Amino acid sequence: MKLLTHNMLSSNIKGVANGFPLRIEVEKATEKQVELNAGFLRNVFPMIEWKALVDAAQLPEVADSSMLDSDFLNKFHHALLELHLEKDALVCPETARRFPVSQGTPNMLLLEDEV
Amino acid sequence: MWYLCAFYHRLLDYRKTEVESLAELFGARGDDRSLEWRLPEQHHPDTPFHFVNLPSEAAARDIANRSILVKGIYELWGEGGSYEELEESIRSYPDERKQPYLESGSTFKITVDCFGKVISFQEQNDRIKGLAYIPFKGRANLKNPDHKFWLMEIDDYGVNNGLPPVSQRRIFFGREVGGADRKLLPTYQLKSRTYLGPTAMDAEMAFLMANQALATRGKLVYDPFVGTGSILIAAAHFGAMTMGADIDIRVVRDGRGPDCNVWSNFKQYGLPMPVALLRADNNLPPWRPGLKEVFDAIICDPPYGVRAGGRKSGGRKLLKGTVDPYTVPDDKRTDHIPSTASYCLAECVHDLLDLAAKMLRMGGRLVFFYPVLRDDDHVENHFPEHPCFKLIATSEQILSSRYSRVLLTMVKISSYTEEIAETARLQHIEFRENHLKWLEDGNLHSALFSPAADPQLTAGNDSKSSLEAKPKYRGKYV
Repeated sequence: MKLLTHNMLSSNIKGVANGFPLRIEVEKATEKQVELNAGFLRNVFPMIEWKALVDAAQLPEVADSSMLDSDFLNKFHHALLELHLEKDALVCPETARRFPVSQGTPNMLLLEDEV
Repeated sequence: MWYLCAFYHRLLDYRKTEVESLAELFGARGDDRSLEWRLPEQHHPDTPFHFVNLPSEAAARDIANRSILVKGIYELWGEGGSYEELEESIRSYPDERKQPYLESGSTFKITVDCFGKVISFQEQNDRIKGLAYIPFKGRANLKNPDHKFWLMEIDDYGVNNGLPPVSQRRIFFGREVGGADRKLLPTYQLKSRTYLGPTAMDAEMAFLMANQALATRGKLVYDPFVGTGSILIAAAHFGAMTMGADIDIRVVRDGRGPDCNVWSNFKQYGLPMPVALLRADNNLPPWRPGLKEVFDAIICDPPYGVRAGGRKSGGRKLLKGTVDPYTVPDDKRTDHIPSTASYCLAECVHDLLDLAAKMLRMGGRLVFFYPVLRDDDHVENHFPEHPCFKLIATSEQILSSRYSRVLLTMVKISSYTEEIAETARLQHIEFRENHLKWLEDGNLHSALFSPAADPQLTAGNDSKSSLEAKPKYRGKYV
């Protein structure tokens, strides 16, 4: 699971006020090389919740789209798409319910009593 | 400028809509205006030959080369009802348009093609010799010519691949500007794909869907019913970044083993891996509340409930009506596999439209298949609607005598407002409260598999005799 995905997911358990961002408990993380696509990164940048990404990876605290030149773009690309979490758990900030991630695939299905 | 567009004679409903979408992709049409099309005289609308007005040769080439169903787009040098008329027409075509392609340093090739008929090699050669009045100064090269010319003929020889016959012969001669790369199909064919599922989309159709969705580099494409990833493969081939979700974890995470899963499908073709694959329920999606306008396109083939039934979260509570609150015991929570309930088509499509309305960028496309019951050779149907979307294309593919599937292309034209969110939320609750009723009413599966209605009871004796007398026009069966 990449940090781009993590930036989109939240715990939507019934009764939870704000399930975003999910806390990451890493068990196994790797780095995979991904081809840099500047056009894609520029398109994706506005929809990223910056604080959640900063907490999960090492990036400058504040960012806006004017910063998207080569050096920052590389760091952004690396954090967003190249850090790969193979096995870990995404933890709901309010209920501490764990959403497991195995083989890079998060399992976001809610149990019967969370629906 | 007007070009002759010759299509492959299949998937008839999909041909022009593909060209329209590609024209939009390459900026060949202004705003919302469709392209101008013209039929050759006396040709049936299903003919493979159409004239289309495109702004430039570059646009024509881009459109033709990316398409799947365009056999070729040609600059027409002449046409006629006989070879004499054709000669006259070619001679009168302006020299300054012909000269650049007849130069002495260049190479060329002329192909003879008769629609609906095979002509012998000898006859083909004779016809090429008959074009000797065109001053070709270059040399012939059959393998890799600089310029390709086509001599195409359609005739009044009765059965024309099932088309109603044209009343008279028509011959075209043109210079090829571009054509579909059909070699994509054997490369990506399902027969040789590593990981397949029962509802994997076949390669040709997946490419058509990706073209309808305008998939290109820099875009993010999502499939909420990803299955084995067959649709995302086509989008990734055109350079898009892809993301997929499925409620069945065995398909999306495990596949059939470490070398036989969705990831290995992408690896097989050397395509960039999807950005994310997740297990999620489209009925209760895991997106954070503020997330919207994220995807450039959503392309999918939702479960219709005929060959593969859809599932959504829920289970005991929904099926048994009012039941005591069900909680999963603490010690079983980590490995518990939540039960799922049947997901009827109406609710599935409602959720898909709601997801798309929220998550698509403005101007983004939603492309999906919708099943329809057939009624006497034509489709009378009410397609799903949503205030955020405009339906811009419908293409029918007949699957059996009972039903077809229609590829719907919708464009997002207005924002997802609080009001729309509230309406969707209420509809979602309505589906939950009346789960059983929705499952029974208008269930596509039972409508299809019920015993056939007795033909004697319908429309009296006329229907029987007219069925026999009607000429067999294959139409949308190709």
